[in-house]
Amino acid sequence: MSSTAQAMLALARRDLKAALRRWGELGLPLMFFVIVVTLFPLGLAPERDLLGSIGPGVLWVAALLASLLALEGLFRSDMEDGSMEQLILSPQPLVLLALVKALTHWVLTGLPLVVLTPLVAQAFYLPANATWILMLALLLATPTLSLIGALAAALTASLRRGAGILGILVLPLALPLLVFGARATDLAVQGQSAAGPLYLLAALLALAMTLAPLAIAAALRISVD
Amino acid sequence: MLEISDLAVARGNRALLEGFTLRLAPGDLALITGPNGAGKTSLLRVVAGLSQPAAGVVRWQARALLPGDPEYSQTRIYLGHQAGLQADLSVMENLRFLIELQNSEFRCEELAVCLGDLGLAGAEHVAVRALSAGQRRRVALARLQLTQASLWLLDEPLTNLDADGQALIAAWLGAHLRAGGIAMIASHAPLASSAPGRCVQVELGT
Repeated sequence: MSSTAQAMLALARRDLKAALRRWGELGLPLMFFVIVVTLFPLGLAPERDLLGSIGPGVLWVAALLASLLALEGLFRSDMEDGSMEQLILSPQPLVLLALVKALTHWVLTGLPLVVLTPLVAQAFYLPANATWILMLALLLATPTLSLIGALAAALTASLRRGAGILGILVLPLALPLLVFGARATDLAVQGQSAAGPLYLLAALLALAMTLAPLAIAAALRISVD
Repeated sequence: MLEISDLAVARGNRALLEGFTLRLAPGDLALITGPNGAGKTSLLRVVAGLSQPAAGVVRWQARALLPGDPEYSQTRIYLGHQAGLQADLSVMENLRFLIELQNSEFRCEELAVCLGDLGLAGAEHVAVRALSAGQRRRVALARLQLTQASLWLLDEPLTNLDADGQALIAAWLGAHLRAGGIAMIASHAPLASSAPGRCVQVELGT
């Protein structure tokens, strides 16, 4: 195994271990997601038609906000304890290390969200096939969200109160995900083919995977300077 | 061979260093002193490659440094004010990660011996959170022994260390220089090393 691959694995292992030891922090965005989603059926009239029509939109907005909540900690501990300096100074390409950090973050925050979705989708009377499409769409959109979010987190890593700016940076960039994601779910609810928006989500993921790590690496270098 | 020629370092709009020139051959030690704010840390960060100089070049083995140069990254080690250790991970997990990141091979026995020298025998599985500031500094310094770096860039390495710890680092430094290594150290405390090579005193801010 090449030494770069070995270092990437070591970074993923370290991030997973450190995050699992602070598991309380991991649960927070998920709890937020579940609570926000269940507030809507409670606050609105519990009518099947109403909830069915707003459900996809509400689920997507809640997923977006929940992932925003998890972003702040992405580079914070590395910046505070000086690990970021060592990552930048290491002989490994920083672009690949940035990609590993963003994807590890997705495994820790995005993937559990996808797994939780069928549970909360019940609150909106989402039919089974639409739930599958929703999960598939989230599976394609959440890694993109992690990559965009990692870029924003890298840009604001050296700021003391970067959390507020994070939302302003991430949400406009995440708009295409919301549009195509909610559309795919909507089409599935109406019993139509959701292939179009799903392909677009996959294309956005491919774009983010190739371009975002370059930008994240550049932003991290600036933040540490 | 480390060559710094005509280097200018600025922090924000403030120029800290101008026309700084230094040549270090194998076995040489540069001790950087100066009052607070004189630019000791900024100079080391530029040489390490964390910051860009305002002007001038740093050459390693007669080659000008580019950001993220993999060959240079493997031969130099930089220890800053922050130890680079994750509080939630154990001593061994932290060091293993930092060493694998450096493309060096990690050996458990080597770590055990090194921790023994540092007075931390048997502390492999203790979380860094549970260590004192001096112990954390010792763990960070263990990297000097566990990687084969030929250029040491140390920023206040003796902070929080007791007399024994300081003597140990001086001994390590002596061995490193005798083996043909180069070191650039910013320190307030005098570092007594039994080095055979040149010891260049650089006083900044005068």
